[in-house]
Amino acid sequence: MDKIPILRMGSFLLVTIQVDLYDRLALDLEADLVQMVNKTSSKGVLIDISAVSIVDSFMGRIIGNIASMSKILDAETVVVGMQPAVAITLIELGLPLKGVHTALDVEKGMNLLKSMIGDDHGDQEETDDDDTVVE
Amino acid sequence: MMILSLSKDTIQVQKEQDVVLLRNRIREVAVKIKMGLVNQTKLITAASELLRNMLRYGGGGKCLIEVVTRGRDNGVRLTFSDQGPGIPDIAAAMQDGFSTGKSLGLGLPGAKRLSNEFDLKSKPGEGTVVMILKWANG
Amino acid sequence: MKNQLSDDGLREDLISNEELRGQSEELISALVANLAEDDLIDFNTDRWDPVIEILGGIAITRARQGFSPRETGRFVHSLKEALLEVLQQEIQDPKQLFVESLKINKVMDNLSIVTFETFIKGREEVILRQTDEIAEISTPVIRVWDGILALPIIGTLDSSRTQIVMENLLQEIVETGSSIAILDISGVPAVDSLVAQHLIKTVSATRLMGAECIISGIRPEIAQTVVHLGIDLSNIITKASLASALSYAFRVLRLEVRKSSAISKTNL
Repeated sequence: MDKIPILRMGSFLLVTIQVDLYDRLALDLEADLVQMVNKTSSKGVLIDISAVSIVDSFMGRIIGNIASMSKILDAETVVVGMQPAVAITLIELGLPLKGVHTALDVEKGMNLLKSMIGDDHGDQEETDDDDTVVE
Repeated sequence: MMILSLSKDTIQVQKEQDVVLLRNRIREVAVKIKMGLVNQTKLITAASELLRNMLRYGGGGKCLIEVVTRGRDNGVRLTFSDQGPGIPDIAAAMQDGFSTGKSLGLGLPGAKRLSNEFDLKSKPGEGTVVMILKWANG
Repeated sequence: MKNQLSDDGLREDLISNEELRGQSEELISALVANLAEDDLIDFNTDRWDPVIEILGGIAITRARQGFSPRETGRFVHSLKEALLEVLQQEIQDPKQLFVESLKINKVMDNLSIVTFETFIKGREEVILRQTDEIAEISTPVIRVWDGILALPIIGTLDSSRTQIVMENLLQEIVETGSSIAILDISGVPAVDSLVAQHLIKTVSATRLMGAECIISGIRPEIAQTVVHLGIDLSNIITKASLASALSYAFRVLRLEVRKSSAISKTNL
């Protein structure tokens, strides 16, 4: 019986997806994540898909769901580490991925979350030049 | 130009775990004919869409994996067939966003966009057969 | 061998006499070993395969070594001449000599064709390889600053080249962790609808990955074409020159370029 682990990083949650998501696993992930966001009053969720080589519309729907559910609980979601081949395929597939922010890696993802939330507690790192405020 | 089949392999798909098996098999074949990573990803993603359709609506079925050639180019051809209820309105099914279930409705039109060739045959009560083909350099 | 050595097409610089003898022997033994009477007439039987393989091998090596097609063809012709000579010596009856000679002719002609086909295939492989190399060189990716990439594209953009550019760009973004990429197309004379679509997809894919892509250097003619084709670029950040794109990128990354005062360190 496997589950996808959810790690806590300061006031954010980190989910690293490394296996093919199938129905039950995906539903469990949604449920677990939502519970955790609530329990920890987390303001941000990072989904690391750097090990995922195929993202189909099913996976896209799960990610979209997670973003929507988290938003309802007042948390933002950032997807990080998307592989180039996956990005190109998703554009061709026409997958919308609305309401989902993206960043190149976990570090940039956290910076993005911090800038979106105005984080002033949690990690003591000072914001460095890497902050991207893209308009 | 005539397309010739160089090798055939049929895999039964009845449960979700079979999807992983099939994706790996398709990747092996694609790598063997030296298909680039982006094309591999498009092919397997398209296959994934069609597999989920087959499992969800067709009650499972089989997938025929073929290596094909038309002279200088090699490609992979996948044929998904099930004995499910069939698709009553093909034109509607091929539109983005159309779904009889809870999905995003991108499966069929998406798979078509990701492939070089696409063919769909279905009749209510007679099951469905979907074919997609991706050339190594397509 | 005698025929080949006396032939003025002999390229002693390209192949040693030893090797030549070796190759000739191999070919003749294959011929003798594999063929029955009928095979001389029907070129499609399997028994021809080993001979064709050997001949094919010889032809490809010659192509790579730089022999001209004529020189490679002469190899087979010298065999034909040698065989005809032998026939003349062995067969006295003119009618039979003619019949057998015809068979030999046919066989040798077929072998000639095989030689040429394989030779051409060898050359085509070289051409393909060179095309790939050109494609790779002509789109350099430059790290102009920490986190900023520039891709100056020179020459005509066709559909397949644009795809290669797209894949390279995205790969470099991942490898360098750059958040901004500038695609400069001032060296591109014209853009058609398909290429424009690919460029738009490139920008979209970059954004999907969490980075940004700016297109700079769009020539006025291209701007005109794009609008006439009804292509919507409103979602794409475009700048007139690489320089202005760079300055925009600095602003986005909250970097400033200032003149330093007499004494000091440059502040960034």
